[in-house]
Amino acid sequence: MTDQAYNFAYLDEQTKRMIRRAILKGIAVPGYQVPFASREMPMPYGWGTGGVQVTAACLVPEDLLKVIDQGADDTTNAVSIRKFFQRTAGVATTEATAEATVIQTRHRIPEVPLTEGQILVYQVPIPEPLRFLEPRETETRKMHELEEYGLMHVKLYEDIARHGEIATSYAYPVKVEGRYVMDPSPIPKFDNPKLGQSPAIQLFGAGREQRIYALPPYSDVVSLDFDDHPFQASKAPHDCDLCGAKDSYLDEVITDDAGGRMFVCSDTDFCAGRRAEGHVGRLGEPV
Amino acid sequence: MTLHPRNPEISHGTATPDQPLLKVEGLTKRYGPRIGCLDVSFDLYPGEVLGIVGESGSGKSTLLSCLAGHQRADLGRIAYDGRDVLAMSETERRRLGRTDWAYVHQNPRDGLRMGVSAGGNVGERLMAVGARHYGDIRGKAADWLGRVEIAGDRIDDRPSAFSGGMQQRLQIARNLVTSPRLVFMDEPTGGLDVSVQARLLDLLRGLVRDLGLSVIIVTHDLAVVRLLAHRLMVMKSGRVVEQGLTDQVLDDPQHAYTQLLVSSVLQV
Repeated sequence: MTDQAYNFAYLDEQTKRMIRRAILKGIAVPGYQVPFASREMPMPYGWGTGGVQVTAACLVPEDLLKVIDQGADDTTNAVSIRKFFQRTAGVATTEATAEATVIQTRHRIPEVPLTEGQILVYQVPIPEPLRFLEPRETETRKMHELEEYGLMHVKLYEDIARHGEIATSYAYPVKVEGRYVMDPSPIPKFDNPKLGQSPAIQLFGAGREQRIYALPPYSDVVSLDFDDHPFQASKAPHDCDLCGAKDSYLDEVITDDAGGRMFVCSDTDFCAGRRAEGHVGRLGEPV
Repeated sequence: MTLHPRNPEISHGTATPDQPLLKVEGLTKRYGPRIGCLDVSFDLYPGEVLGIVGESGSGKSTLLSCLAGHQRADLGRIAYDGRDVLAMSETERRRLGRTDWAYVHQNPRDGLRMGVSAGGNVGERLMAVGARHYGDIRGKAADWLGRVEIAGDRIDDRPSAFSGGMQQRLQIARNLVTSPRLVFMDEPTGGLDVSVQARLLDLLRGLVRDLGLSVIIVTHDLAVVRLLAHRLMVMKSGRVVEQGLTDQVLDDPQHAYTQLLVSSVLQV
């Protein structure tokens, strides 16, 4: 009953207008963190309140929505956010990446290449890439303003000094269009190459931190590195045990107490699609 | 300590030994109705060490932070190497602050990143000016740790694991790695015990001489300026009351306050 008491996609039109303005500004200045008046949402911070607000501001009744959490369509976060928009917006949902018009994601970029007309919405916990190096917000803003990004390399230097290689494996900092250094949200660095030159619009929403930033289609995105320690997109050195894919990002699943484990695609839609096409991995059964 | 020739990469600009590197005219800073420093003028020549002494509250730290651009002066002119510092954009001034200039804080914790290893601390200025080769950065950091007498195997330790004297030496290495021409020092030996102070002073004297640095050093410790400074400025209540060659000012003080200052030092 109460569902009808809410506006389309939960937020009122003035709020959506405010968020759309922030999104447009973000697209106009790629990688720049635009402050916005984040609303309290009917879910806790850390569950994607920023992403949900951006999605709500983008949705139209004709949209086909897909929600993923760590690549999977059937995990708690994905299920509850999908249900939220089914109830408050009544939009159709899908699990197929290629069909979706809006995809809200937590910590992954789908394996299937995105296309023009699609919008990918990221949930961002901490939008400021310099935060753990420089705790003062006034100072980090000044550093962005004056393009003082030497500190970002200090972090990578520390990685190499301590671990012998750049050990940062997720939320790997990138430079956008040769200007702003950006935190791509905690996606694995395996996904970093997909950020650049993507035909889709990529929007980033941080609810608690009240920031929105964006990558317009076909942006230049460069992962930071050293000349003698170049950026490497890494993944577990295995094939998917269900579909046999060699080039997808894998989750490690412990299967028993005797050290048994399997590696499966983190992108469930991609894996299911391959299995439907007849690909079978080491532990998989033909469907 | 071995002799290091002056870094050939340093651009000498227009400053020659006959022309001042830093020219300050009528510098004034007020805090509301109170005076921070009033009508301070001096020239600093390349390779010269200028000491600023005075009691607490005499305006010496205000003067230093105005000179280094940490605070904005109300009146006056500062020309560095012929360029008007106060008219510069903030980008330019901050770039100057991490290339040509260096600032050594009294408390090394203010000048160091305590969560970053010694090597990272020294390398930060290099990376800030565009160094992107890990091996080179680490090599330079190791070289500079050696120059300030920190053992090479401490390069990956954090400054929090260092003693106070080591932290101060690390701060000096971090500042000098980009071969600055002008170094601001705010009580660099404050808070250190006398034997560590003596070692630090010895090190500073060597570095200043070998690198041909111009230094402005603020202190209340007359022994420090006696050892390091060529010229001396004595400040009281925001004004410069006496200036001249260090030995001349200390051995034959003219102003009543300078006489008091000199006679206050305990003779051991």
